Amino acid sequence: MTPPSTPLPPGATTGAPAGAGDDPVTASLARRSPLAPRAGRRGRPVRPGRGRGGSSSRRRQGWLYAAPTALFVLVLFLVPLGLVLRMSVSDWSLFAGSRGINVPDNFTAAVGDRLFGPAVQFTVTYTVVTTVILIALALGLALLVQEATRWNSVVRTAVLVPSALGLASASLLFYALYSPQSGPLGPLLQRLGLADGPVSFLGTPSAALWSTVALVVWRFAGFYMLLLLVGLQGISGDVYEAASIDGAGRFRSFWHITLPLLTPSLALCTILCVTGSLLAFDQFYILTKGGPDNTTVTVVQLVYSTAFAGANDLGRAAALSILVLGALVVVNALQFKALRRKDV
Amino acid sequence: MTTTPRTRRARRLVALLATGALAGLTACGSGGTAPTVSSDAGPEGVDDGTTLTLWTRAPLEAQAQLLVDAYNESHENQVELTITPNDDYVTRVGAAAGSGDLPDLFAADIVYVPNWTEAGLFADITDKIAELPEAGSINQGHLDAGTYEDQQYVLPFVLDLSVMFWNKDLYRQAGLDPEQGPTTLAEYEEQALAVQALDQEGVYGTAFGGNCGGCGVFTWFPMVWASGEQVMDEAGTESLLDGDAATEVYDTFRTLQEAGAVTPASRDETGATWVADFQEGRVGVMPYPATLLQGTSETVDVGVTPIPGVDGGASTFVGGDGIGISKDSEAPDAAWNFLSWLMSDEAQVEVLAANDVTPARTDLADNEFAKEDPRVQVINEVAGAADSRTPFAPNFQQAFNAPGSPWVTLFRNQVYGDAGTLEQDNEAISEALSQ
Repeated sequence: MTPPSTPLPPGATTGAPAGAGDDPVTASLARRSPLAPRAGRRGRPVRPGRGRGGSSSRRRQGWLYAAPTALFVLVLFLVPLGLVLRMSVSDWSLFAGSRGINVPDNFTAAVGDRLFGPAVQFTVTYTVVTTVILIALALGLALLVQEATRWNSVVRTAVLVPSALGLASASLLFYALYSPQSGPLGPLLQRLGLADGPVSFLGTPSAALWSTVALVVWRFAGFYMLLLLVGLQGISGDVYEAASIDGAGRFRSFWHITLPLLTPSLALCTILCVTGSLLAFDQFYILTKGGPDNTTVTVVQLVYSTAFAGANDLGRAAALSILVLGALVVVNALQFKALRRKDV
Repeated sequence: MTTTPRTRRARRLVALLATGALAGLTACGSGGTAPTVSSDAGPEGVDDGTTLTLWTRAPLEAQAQLLVDAYNESHENQVELTITPNDDYVTRVGAAAGSGDLPDLFAADIVYVPNWTEAGLFADITDKIAELPEAGSINQGHLDAGTYEDQQYVLPFVLDLSVMFWNKDLYRQAGLDPEQGPTTLAEYEEQALAVQALDQEGVYGTAFGGNCGGCGVFTWFPMVWASGEQVMDEAGTESLLDGDAATEVYDTFRTLQEAGAVTPASRDETGATWVADFQEGRVGVMPYPATLLQGTSETVDVGVTPIPGVDGGASTFVGGDGIGISKDSEAPDAAWNFLSWLMSDEAQVEVLAANDVTPARTDLADNEFAKEDPRVQVINEVAGAADSRTPFAPNFQQAFNAPGSPWVTLFRNQVYGDAGTLEQDNEAISEALSQ
């Protein structure tokens, strides 16, 4: 019924066996980590010395261990996915329910929507902008916090606090800040002489985009900083020591040691960020409602409005969701592939 | 990816289970036939202590609460009221309709009612309405909206009318007659410009929901109707919003916008705060929801007049919510008891009119409470005026109210953008209407 709203790519689970981990992304990253228990290429544990005829009670035990997770995946992921698939091929209106098969009309109508092209274009733009800014900023912050010794905990807390706020609450907060009627930001900019006349934070297409990016960066920078900080702390001091003995300067050791050794963390951040941004909804739903003039409609918003605001056509909305899901699977597969190559 | 026989078997099992679960889900979704209100229950239905559930949306919370409290106090039946935020209401009703969990009674924005009756969300109450002694005087616009294939499903719950409000203090300062609002579109423009000419910090001539389809529908359609033109054809499948009167309306707002007489916030206003500036006394004159008269009068000295057309006339958008018995109700006779009480003098006058809400019956326009406040009388009278309408279109939401609807595109182009796209924008509305 609902569009895919999980921040993690549903497609990423296809390669991982049930029970390999709650989180498909970390699970597949862990699979390549040298510290993880040895695993076969397909993720099935390699059991040396134990043939296929291994005791059947052991096998049953294995299934039992996997059962709770398998059940969760089944009930919370596969069944809804099946329902969305069924909707996407049916003439299924919000109020009247299913009224028979409607393929490929659902898909052609979804792609033919007057907002489909602009929505895809905007979503991609937003994703690129957000990802580049967020990762760069988070990396900078992580290095800063790593270096700072005195104010370490203060800085870390200050940056991390926004992450404790839900995205919807954060959006409402920014809605109030940006409000032309009561927001303090506009008058502040005017008083500082940075703007003449009232400032419209959400009134033009680019202002709306950057205002939303500012919100998302504020909200998530701390989170990604933390992820990268963990990665940074995982790099052994010995390596830096060796580098400095070899005469490497700050920049060289950053470029040749920090960045390569941080790749798994950066990869995780990029995947989370790209996926999250492609599925952006809350912030735009609250801040801009897709406006002005439909210039900030994201794909998931289009799914929502097709289902609930106007067309009330669950079939078409589901078809759109399936297309989004397919795109996400492709994007994630490409990302994994690119990162795996770097890894070798 | 290679698969071993074992994983393949596991997958088949998973697929099988998923299909089974799906079959179960759909089985509960489509079950049941609509309930009928039994004819031997009498015109007043049954009052036997049943607990009834009633859903409505947040903008009508105050009025709904008044009605429910008064009903619960005087009846055995007890109504439990659930309020849902405006933007989530359709979603919530849609989800409940799919799973068969609609409450006994639920209200719907009257412009969505044609779509919802067509989808079969309400129980047929044609015969029960005919039995009501007040049947002849119930607001016709709401009844028409709730009629599908000659059967009636909906009664008016709360009327929400649009009228012209002006700020008498600002009118006095601007040298305008504080007791005389605009009677033509040109006068509206003049008076807004006169208030603007005061050149006071933060004070503007007028305001509107510049990015809010519902606001535009509510405030601009009456200007077209009052000019003797229509906004759609009878079936609600073709847009006529490129007509002469409509063009005059767009021109008026474009002129005001270019003269700087519109609040800067109007341009981005999506509807949440479109009346806020007037409420704070910073707007001279604007079309306004009549239900807010009481609240607004606390901060502003308000004058009220019907929305005029190009050369005069008077009209209003007869909006608000209709209410019906849901298809899922298990106590339709008790639910009817609430509806028949809702149409009575007691509910319409003692509850609604006493709180300055327009009665949904034309014979009560001149009630005792209206006599105390001539402004309320103006509002009650325009509800039954010849040019007042409740627009009827099955795809109303998609064409007009939804964020980014073709209607929003049309009027934003007309006021802020390239006004030359009128014909093509109007075509886009027709397309949405006829889908």
